[in-house]
Amino acid sequence: MQTSERKKPNYLNAEHTVASWLLTVDHKRIAILYLVSITLMFFIGGLMAGAIRTELLTPAGDLMSSDTYDKAFTLHGIVMVFFFLIPSIPATLGNFLVPLMIGAKDLAFPRLNLLSWYVYIVGATIGIVATVTGGLDTGWTLYTPYSTAYATTNVVLPAIGIFITGFSSILTGLNFIVTIHKMRAPGLTWFRLPLFIWAHYATSIVMVLATPVIAITVLMVVLDRGFGLGIFDPKAGGDPVLFQHLFWFYSHPAVYIMILPAMGVISEVIPCFSKKRIFGYNFIAASSLSIAVIGFFVWGHHLFTTPQSMYAAMAFSIISFAVAVPSAVKTFNWAATMYKGSITFEAPMIYAFGFMGLFLVGGLTGLFLGALGLDLHVHDTYFVVAHFHYIMVGGAIMAYMAGLHFWWPKITGKMYPEGPAKAAALIIFVGFNLTFFPQFLAGYAGMPRRYHYYPPEFQIFNVLSTAGASILGFGYLLPLCYLLWSLRHGREAGPNPWGATGLEWMIDSPPPPHNFDTTPVVNWEPYDYPAAHRDAAKDAVPEAASV
Amino acid sequence: MSEIASRLQHHFADEEQQYDAATFGMWVFLVTEIMFFGGLLMTYVVYRTTFPQVFAEASHHLNIYLGTFNTIVLIGSSLTMAMAVHSARLNHRNALAGYLVLTMILGSVFLGVKSYEYAHKWHEGLFPGNFFYDGPDAVHQRLFFSVYFALTGLHAAHMIIGIGIMAVMLRMTLKNSFDENWYTPVELTGLYWHFVDLVWIFLFPLLYLIERHG
Repeated sequence: MQTSERKKPNYLNAEHTVASWLLTVDHKRIAILYLVSITLMFFIGGLMAGAIRTELLTPAGDLMSSDTYDKAFTLHGIVMVFFFLIPSIPATLGNFLVPLMIGAKDLAFPRLNLLSWYVYIVGATIGIVATVTGGLDTGWTLYTPYSTAYATTNVVLPAIGIFITGFSSILTGLNFIVTIHKMRAPGLTWFRLPLFIWAHYATSIVMVLATPVIAITVLMVVLDRGFGLGIFDPKAGGDPVLFQHLFWFYSHPAVYIMILPAMGVISEVIPCFSKKRIFGYNFIAASSLSIAVIGFFVWGHHLFTTPQSMYAAMAFSIISFAVAVPSAVKTFNWAATMYKGSITFEAPMIYAFGFMGLFLVGGLTGLFLGALGLDLHVHDTYFVVAHFHYIMVGGAIMAYMAGLHFWWPKITGKMYPEGPAKAAALIIFVGFNLTFFPQFLAGYAGMPRRYHYYPPEFQIFNVLSTAGASILGFGYLLPLCYLLWSLRHGREAGPNPWGATGLEWMIDSPPPPHNFDTTPVVNWEPYDYPAAHRDAAKDAVPEAASV
Repeated sequence: MSEIASRLQHHFADEEQQYDAATFGMWVFLVTEIMFFGGLLMTYVVYRTTFPQVFAEASHHLNIYLGTFNTIVLIGSSLTMAMAVHSARLNHRNALAGYLVLTMILGSVFLGVKSYEYAHKWHEGLFPGNFFYDGPDAVHQRLFFSVYFALTGLHAAHMIIGIGIMAVMLRMTLKNSFDENWYTPVELTGLYWHFVDLVWIFLFPLLYLIERHG
């Protein structure tokens, strides 16, 4: 049995040529292409973070000039947001798992999927080349009229890079929506879908509705700069705050593009390592959708210090509080899932715990920032920086790591080494908190963001933060090493090493090129964990079900 | 028959699923297009409410007769596009090719008139990069023309792409690629073209018809 399975081709060894990778339309291979590209981007962005933290070790601006520092944090922001976080979970894990989880042979539009990767590569390359060669000093937010009229750095090329990359995100979202609607296996009703799918469905809605707006907005910036349209230039009668509205109409929902898939990952990992059916399935599914919808109406909380009308600000503040409700619904349901479960502490679960703790801090400090009065005090300080890093790094990247470890056996067929993985998870958790918690304090005490020198009383926070960043950086290098090591030396994973439910665990690891030999017929509920736990022959379930 | 079977991509269960996925995907794409134009239209709304008189004044610099003519041309092209899809459904190959050509011609007429209008604005000094109009409130007039050129330029770019896609459809028609069981690309081109027309149906009154009554 073992040897006959060994001989069956899987998606990794079915073809070997370079062209078979670069011209593949297999969603699993495209996921790998994305995985390699975004990992590269992550380390480029991380390098810039290292430069920023090194500079901030001392109050004086001694390592680089103000101009260089501006370019460093701009590059860090643009690379991490547009070229890493936005595609991170959806384009890798989502691309790999959405068809597998719904019993489909591929996404609805495989060629569009490949196109999205090429579009991403073109956009990211333009963005990186432009920022590295000329440099851009506007911050990732590209605020007008500085970006349109005054910046002497290269605004147009990175903006075009962002514009182009946006289309890869749109194509991914479009593909997921159509796939989830039209390609589900027989019997796989909406309420039998894994919550990972619900999360990606909600994410896709945000991608499809919000991304075109940032596309047209950066296009207007380019036209403004190139042809002097003056749309955002007060001297030409334009309104620079209008840019902020349009920018945040995308860029706030973009946070949900990062965090919703992360929540989807957590919803898979926690039931598996608690060996318990997820608590409140319907509520978690609905909360994903409501986060996506409500998330479209909170952008004004980034503009509390602008001449936005007071009543608009009050409405945005209340709606920002409201979006915390579905997030809390999820967190409580995850906690309730663990209650009386048989919890084990494999690396994905440790990352998931890390996610919950850090997301909780990030989410609650978000309420501080949604409050009109307090926001005026901490606006544009390190408090904001700490808050969004708790969400985007503590939340999204922790969950990305959880998912990467959880599905690594499925993706590669090999187990990662558990000991180093657990150690890395803990190191990242500790390093993260040491990096960003002091920034809350520094920000609350009034240290503004985006300066490369600061009054000496803030130094203690910055030394702690830089020390934490070193630990964090080391923590991120560990998975790179042991995951690559496991490709050659890892133990064979087998189809279902975690005893997890879900269609993706019922096929070989790595999956065969066309996923399912026969289309599965789903006649069971999702997260059927007590049954799977009791059933010693759980691997026999899929054969019985698909006959 | 084998040729038709080969059009079913491996990952779909049957042709109905494949067709549903393709049309649904196109509708989702059109939603993204609405949001794309939406950002610019929002800009228009903000500046028109801020400077209502200036926008009304500036709107009078646009040639209402050419705008009306172009609107009629575009609605006509939507009709010929609808006829093209209809002919594809009935597998009338020659009619399909004819209607595609007609639609492309009407689209080109629109673009021709549009470029004449653009050239005229250039000479009048109403082009954002070449702005030397010195009437009342010229600064804000310029803002109107910035929005005008951004909106109509984006729309024209969509039409050029549409005509390009129709050229591909024409080539596929002449190579006998479609029949009554499979004409999805024509159908999707039709959806796209109608969308582009519809955008103009909004742009025409928003840009040309401000305060034109009485």
